[in-house]
Amino acid sequence: MPELLEVRRLVKHFPVRRGLLGRRSAKVHAVDDVSFSLAENETLGLVGESGCGKSTTGFSILRLIEPTGGEVRFQGENILTLAPEPLRRLRRKMQIVFQDPFGSLNPRMTVERVVEEPLLNHEALSGAARRARVKETLEMVGLLPEHLTRFPHEFSGGQRQRVCVARALVLRPKLVVGDEPVSALDVSVRAQVLNLLVELQRRLNLSYLFISHDLAVIRYVSHRVGVMYLGQIVELADVKAIYARPLHPYTRALLSAVPVPDPRRSRQRILIKGDVPSPIDPPPGCRFHPRCPEVMPVCREQAPLTRAAEPNHLVRCHLYDHHDVWDPSFQASASDALNRSTQGGSA
Amino acid sequence: MSAPARPGESPERFRNLRATLRLWGETLKALGRSPGGVAGGILLALILATSLGFHVVYPVDPLAQDLLARLTPPFWEEGGSLAHPLGTDNLGRDVLVRILYGSRVSLAVGFAAVLVACGAGILLGLISGYYGGRTDSVIMRVADIFMAYPFMLLTISVIAVLGNSIFNLILVLGLSDWVTYARTIRGSVLSIKEKEFVLAARSVGTRHRVILLRHIFPNVLSPILVLATVRVANIIIWESGLSFLGMGVPPPMPTWGRMLAEGRVYITDAWWLVTLPGLAIMLTILSINLLGDGLRDALDPRLRNI
Repeated sequence: MPELLEVRRLVKHFPVRRGLLGRRSAKVHAVDDVSFSLAENETLGLVGESGCGKSTTGFSILRLIEPTGGEVRFQGENILTLAPEPLRRLRRKMQIVFQDPFGSLNPRMTVERVVEEPLLNHEALSGAARRARVKETLEMVGLLPEHLTRFPHEFSGGQRQRVCVARALVLRPKLVVGDEPVSALDVSVRAQVLNLLVELQRRLNLSYLFISHDLAVIRYVSHRVGVMYLGQIVELADVKAIYARPLHPYTRALLSAVPVPDPRRSRQRILIKGDVPSPIDPPPGCRFHPRCPEVMPVCREQAPLTRAAEPNHLVRCHLYDHHDVWDPSFQASASDALNRSTQGGSA
Repeated sequence: MSAPARPGESPERFRNLRATLRLWGETLKALGRSPGGVAGGILLALILATSLGFHVVYPVDPLAQDLLARLTPPFWEEGGSLAHPLGTDNLGRDVLVRILYGSRVSLAVGFAAVLVACGAGILLGLISGYYGGRTDSVIMRVADIFMAYPFMLLTISVIAVLGNSIFNLILVLGLSDWVTYARTIRGSVLSIKEKEFVLAARSVGTRHRVILLRHIFPNVLSPILVLATVRVANIIIWESGLSFLGMGVPPPMPTWGRMLAEGRVYITDAWWLVTLPGLAIMLTILSINLLGDGLRDALDPRLRNI
């Protein structure tokens, strides 16, 4: 499968102003060296605790916030170096659905005006063609023509999220980033919207970057899963592999926390101690070492590299140091290689 | 509810406009539920109607002097007559018609100055709040200068230099009041622009200027509407004050402020010369403030304590 999106060594630091004069004395390492790729028609799930940088990753890829460093290639083109106008034009191919269906719709715009806005920005259609396209897209997400002139406050949460999906899909994009798109919905509605998203992926050949903290949701929609901890992907593999045989101690702990719907089967909970450390001052060595049940002396000093424990199973942990190091720049050109050598040890 | 347009049939026209009007209709309904708002609205409507149409019913020249009937009291006092229902002033001019003419000046200056202030304030506030950075700093520092400068002194010096005409008065009153609007708008913009629907607009490739007009402006309109209503009352008071000082609308046009100034000398002999224009000012301000309060509650109950 051709790669639609390639993300290499993505970094986002937020400056923190502290002290009297507002000096930039510290920075939050929200995303630190994140690399992955996404094929056409594929769903990559990003899962992790709140504050681990998964939403920042999603926003950075669309340049809704400006990343500090790294490379994001969409259909081979590095979008981090695009000028504002070409970037604006590229936006028709990559869309986002936000977490909060209440905040992400303008309360003073009707559904029709919400959904037609992307078309007005990118396509020179006649009024009639535009209205037809809006209606068609609304039907696709399960809304009715009489909803066209309603305002967001006249809808339920699930319906609003459908409007948001319609807005994202009306341009027929290639990539949709879902930033916790079902987290704000009731459980019953959540299933409907998830099914809708899966069905639309098949119909429209979409690729999803699906961000969630919900392991069950991620398992349901994803083909591959990346587990994030403190701004880094610690494990990345096919959904079956990761749920059947998690390799990273953090992933194991995370999965052991999922309730099992069988009272006779006892779970072996792996408890991790303490809280997530502050991303302003991440621990030296492996970021997970203060909480890791399998911590070794090397973990305190040296940051682990991402290694391929199996051909398609990447893990960033010293337990797997005997495996080959995985190089995110697998399709690297000469200039990329140069770039890499300058940031080499930053992992 | 609008029927869907079937294929082949021409789609319904203006359906989004009608939906927007429906949204404003809901606000009006909410306004109708506040007794103060309704009372203020009715009173203001009466004042406006009287001010616009009185000459048909009461065609009296406000400048005509009748020196034989100087300082006639209102008709219910001893010596008063229905020829001059509210009495006459020291030159024998009819007080009722002068108050009515004064309402035209006061209301016109009030609304026009608020329009000027609103226009400037909204534009600068939107730009300042949305673009931020250096633009914001410059606009806000200029606003600080305006705030720090004594308004009356500014107005008086400008009027003294440019001469007093209604046009100059409106301009000066308007331009000295833009800061309030700019600050209010800027604050609202700062909170609205962090909403996800603004981010969503950016993600679908909407240009900044369009985001500002389509997404931000309609959502900061309510506080401005309330503010503008209340400021009309303030401007009317300022205009009266300036006219009282002789810096307002040029003579001989009657205004409430000038009537107060001229009647002040005779206050012990002819109470009606200051009391009645004062009452007119009070009723007008009261009606506008009641309407403004009702509007505020109707638009956003959370603003109740401002």
